[in-house]
Amino acid sequence: MGKPNIIKLVQGEKGNTIKITSLNLEGVMRRRLLDLGFVVGAHVEVIRKSPLGDPIAYRVSQTTIALRKEESSRIEGELLPNGE
Amino acid sequence: MVNEYRIALAGNPNTGKSTLFNALTGLRQHTGNWAGKTVSLAQGNVEYKHKTFHLIDLPGTYSLFSNSTDEEVARNYIVFEKPDVTLVVLDATSLERNFNLALQVLEMTKNVVICINLIDVAEQQGIQINERLLTNRLGVPVIKISARNKKGFPLLLDTIDRIVTGAIECNPAPMTYPPMIEDKIKLIEPKVRELVGNEISSRWVSLRLLDGDETLLNEISKRLVPEEG
Repeated sequence: MGKPNIIKLVQGEKGNTIKITSLNLEGVMRRRLLDLGFVVGAHVEVIRKSPLGDPIAYRVSQTTIALRKEESSRIEGELLPNGE
Repeated sequence: MVNEYRIALAGNPNTGKSTLFNALTGLRQHTGNWAGKTVSLAQGNVEYKHKTFHLIDLPGTYSLFSNSTDEEVARNYIVFEKPDVTLVVLDATSLERNFNLALQVLEMTKNVVICINLIDVAEQQGIQINERLLTNRLGVPVIKISARNKKGFPLLLDTIDRIVTGAIECNPAPMTYPPMIEDKIKLIEPKVRELVGNEISSRWVSLRLLDGDETLLNEISKRLVPEEG
């Protein structure tokens, strides 16, 4: 096992699973994302990207949620090896 | 009237909250499948053991403090209108997501019943839920129901009845925060209690103030501070 590969959610490719390590957002938007399941430790799967790459649909806590770049570029996590 | 009680229904969107409301009250309030469906507060009555339960269907929300209108309506009802019992309806197939709201409600008010709905669907998916363990951990009754098939209603109504008559006492398990936050709560809670009295949980208000919740502060000054003049 090497060093964990930390990426921003927005950098994830379709099919990737990312384990959230930090949310660099404040206020209402942070609260909103926490409420929707984007909490530290949660596993997020990249479901699909729109034709222009924004927004991107993620699967978190059994629900699909699309995030804009403004938000997904502020959430970081560890890229998990495929199949986890 | 002494025999009338207000029962609020809270829950995430799409958990069958309105289905439960309709099944209990016999009303045909339209239930829909999209977020923000319940805009105004639907009300209906249930007669049970010579009592009238006024059911209030709160807007479906994932949370009670993200500052959307729906969430404010639901929060204000639970905190300021103080229903006798708050039913939190959870989707049995998605408990992790749903418990966010349930835990928030447990911090706000004491008399809470957790209704785990869609239990038949969850069981088909192989999900097993130990409601006794949950009841012990949470300190409030947890009941498995299927609103669509009207399963679990006798126990649900009986539990509500026993809470309003005082036969069951709810003791929501307190959520503990890191020492940094607990210290601040200790600091401001006595002053908050002076302001809000025992009507509203001073611990909960303290937490909201530490989170910088201005909408709550405005609501408190609107409702609790007497107008001058």
